[in-house]
Amino acid sequence: MKNQTIEWVLAGRRQRRRRWILVTCLLAAVACFLCCAMLLLGSTVYPVQDVIRALAGEHLQGVSFAVNTIRLPRMLAGLLAGFAFGLAGYVFQTMLRNPLANPNVIGITSGTGAAAVFCTIVLHASGAVVSAASVIAGLATVLIIYILSRGKSFAVGRLILVGIGIQAMLDAVISYLLLISAQQDIPAALRWLAGSLNGSQMHELAPLAIATLVFTPIAIVLGKHLQLLELGEQTASSLGVDTNKTRIALIASSVCMIAIATAATGPIAFVSFLAGPIAKRLAGVGFSNIVPSGLVGVNLVLAADLIGQFAFEYRFPVGVITGLLGAPYLIFLLIRMNRKGEL
Amino acid sequence: MGSHVFQAEQVVAGYDRQTVIDGVSLVVPVNRISVMIGANGCGKSTLLKALARLIKPESGSISLDGKPVGKIPPKQLARVLGLLPQSPIVPEGITVADLVGRGRFPHQSWHAGWTSKDAEAVAEAMRIMNIAELADRHIDELSGGQRQRVWIAMALAQQTDILFLDEPTTFLDITYQIEILDLLTDLNRKYGTTIVMVLHDINLSARYADHIFALREGKLMAEGKPSEVITDLLVKDIFGLDCAVIKDPVSGSPLVVPKGRYHAGSASR
Repeated sequence: MKNQTIEWVLAGRRQRRRRWILVTCLLAAVACFLCCAMLLLGSTVYPVQDVIRALAGEHLQGVSFAVNTIRLPRMLAGLLAGFAFGLAGYVFQTMLRNPLANPNVIGITSGTGAAAVFCTIVLHASGAVVSAASVIAGLATVLIIYILSRGKSFAVGRLILVGIGIQAMLDAVISYLLLISAQQDIPAALRWLAGSLNGSQMHELAPLAIATLVFTPIAIVLGKHLQLLELGEQTASSLGVDTNKTRIALIASSVCMIAIATAATGPIAFVSFLAGPIAKRLAGVGFSNIVPSGLVGVNLVLAADLIGQFAFEYRFPVGVITGLLGAPYLIFLLIRMNRKGEL
Repeated sequence: MGSHVFQAEQVVAGYDRQTVIDGVSLVVPVNRISVMIGANGCGKSTLLKALARLIKPESGSISLDGKPVGKIPPKQLARVLGLLPQSPIVPEGITVADLVGRGRFPHQSWHAGWTSKDAEAVAEAMRIMNIAELADRHIDELSGGQRQRVWIAMALAQQTDILFLDEPTTFLDITYQIEILDLLTDLNRKYGTTIVMVLHDINLSARYADHIFALREGKLMAEGKPSEVITDLLVKDIFGLDCAVIKDPVSGSPLVVPKGRYHAGSASR
C-alpha cells in the first residue's frame, strides 16, 4: 500500500513531466520551422543553399541584401519580441491570478506607445532615443498604476481597473498627437502602433536581445516561486517564499522585457494575452510554463507575420493578424469569467 | 518527533495602524493540540498569522527555539512551521498530487529536481489524509471535504513539526468537520506534530483541544485545559453568551449549552 502510493505519485509526475517536455520540444521545433520560413520566403524565393551561403557571410548578388538586411532582422525581431511578450504575459497572468492581467490591459503598452509616438512626431527623434524613451515611459506607467492601485492592501481587481483607466488616458494622448502631427509622419507612427516587424534593423535589436538574455534566466529561476504565488499570498509565504522580493523581481523583469520589446516592434496585439493560456492548455499546469509561454509567443508572432505577409493581396502588419486572433478570445474569456462570477 | 519551543511575547499586531492583537504572550504547548477560540473579530486569525509571520507585528517578539522568527530565513522556517490559510487559492486544472507536491518547496533547492524523499513525503501525506486514490483527479472536481483534506495534505508534505491551521473546518458539513479533526488528532498522536488551530465551534474545540487559548478584543483572557478553562463564566466573558456547561456524554469534555431568550424551558424556572 505504501509503495503503491509512492509509485502513483511518481508515475503521475513522470506523466506530467513527459507531457511538458514533449510540448516544449514541439513548440521549439515549430518555432525553428517558422524561423526558417521567415528566411526562405519573400517576394523572391531563393534556393536554400544560397540563403545558407548568404547567412554564412558570402556575398551573393540580391540574396545577401534580402536575407541579411531584411529577412534576418525581421525574423530575429519576431523571435525575440514574441518570446518576451509570451513570457512576460504569462508571468503577469500567473502572479496576479487573473487572465485579464496582462501588459496590454494594465497600460504598459500604452505608456510605451505614447512615448514612442511623442518622440517620433514631436521631437522627430529616431532609433535609440525612441527606444530609451519608450522603455522609461513603460516603466513609469507601471509605477504610477502600482502606486494608484495600492490602497490599503494590494488588490488585483483595483490594479486592473486603474490600468484600464490609465490606458484610456494614454490612448487619448496618442490620438491627440496623431491629430496634430504632420501628414508625412502619420503612416510611420500608425505602423508602429499596429505592431510591425517591418523595417526592423539589426542594430536596433541589440537592447531587446540583451534584455531577453538577462531576464529570461531570472524568470526561469523564479518559476517555482511563481507556481507557489499562484496558491495565494499566504500559502506561498508559509511555504517559505519571500513573496515581496519575488514579486518585485518578477514584475521588474517582465516589465523591462515588455517595454523593450514594445519599443522595438510596437505593441503586437494580444500576444502576451494569448501565449500563457495556450501554453497552459498544451503543457498542463504541473511545471512552470515560463519557457513554453515564450515559445508560444514566438510561434504566434512569426506565424501571424507570415500570414500577414503572404496570405492576402495586401501586406498586413503582424499586429493586425494577432489582433484578429486575440479579440475573439478576449470576448470568450469575458463571457466565461462572467458565468463563473469572477468579474 | 521535534520539540521546538515557539513563543510570543507582548505581541501587538494589526492591519493599517488598526491594532487587532493587543499585547499577547503565549508559549505553544509542544506536541499538543491547541485551539484558539473567541468571538468574531477578536483577533484569533490575526494572531495566528502574526505568529506564522504572515503579518509583521508592530511590537513584541516571536521566537522559535529562542531565535526571533524574523531572523530565520523563510525557507528554513518553513521546514519547521507550516500554516494552512483560511482560503487558499486553487489554480485552474491542477491535480491533487501536484498540489500536495508543492508543499515540498522548502525542502528543495532551486536547481535540483525531485528526489525519492519528496515522493515519499507526498505519498505519506496523501495516505494520512486518505486521498491517495484521488492523486490524479483535478481539484475542481472534488467535494469541499475532500478539497480541505488535499490542502492539509499539502501542509503535511511540508513535514513540519509545528502546524498552524486557520479554521480548517469552516464551510464543511459536521461529518467532514469530525473527519478532519480526527485526522489531525491522528497526526498529533502518531507523529507528535504540534498543532495550533483556530476553530469556530466551541464544543468541538473543547473536545479536540489539549489546550485552549481564549481571546477577547485582541487580548488573551484565559488559557489551559478545556476542562479547566471552559466554564459558563468564561463563555459569558468571551462570547457574551449565557449558557450552561455540562459534561459531553460522549467525550467527557465540557459541552456548552447556550441559553437564548426563547426555549429556555424548565431549566430557567
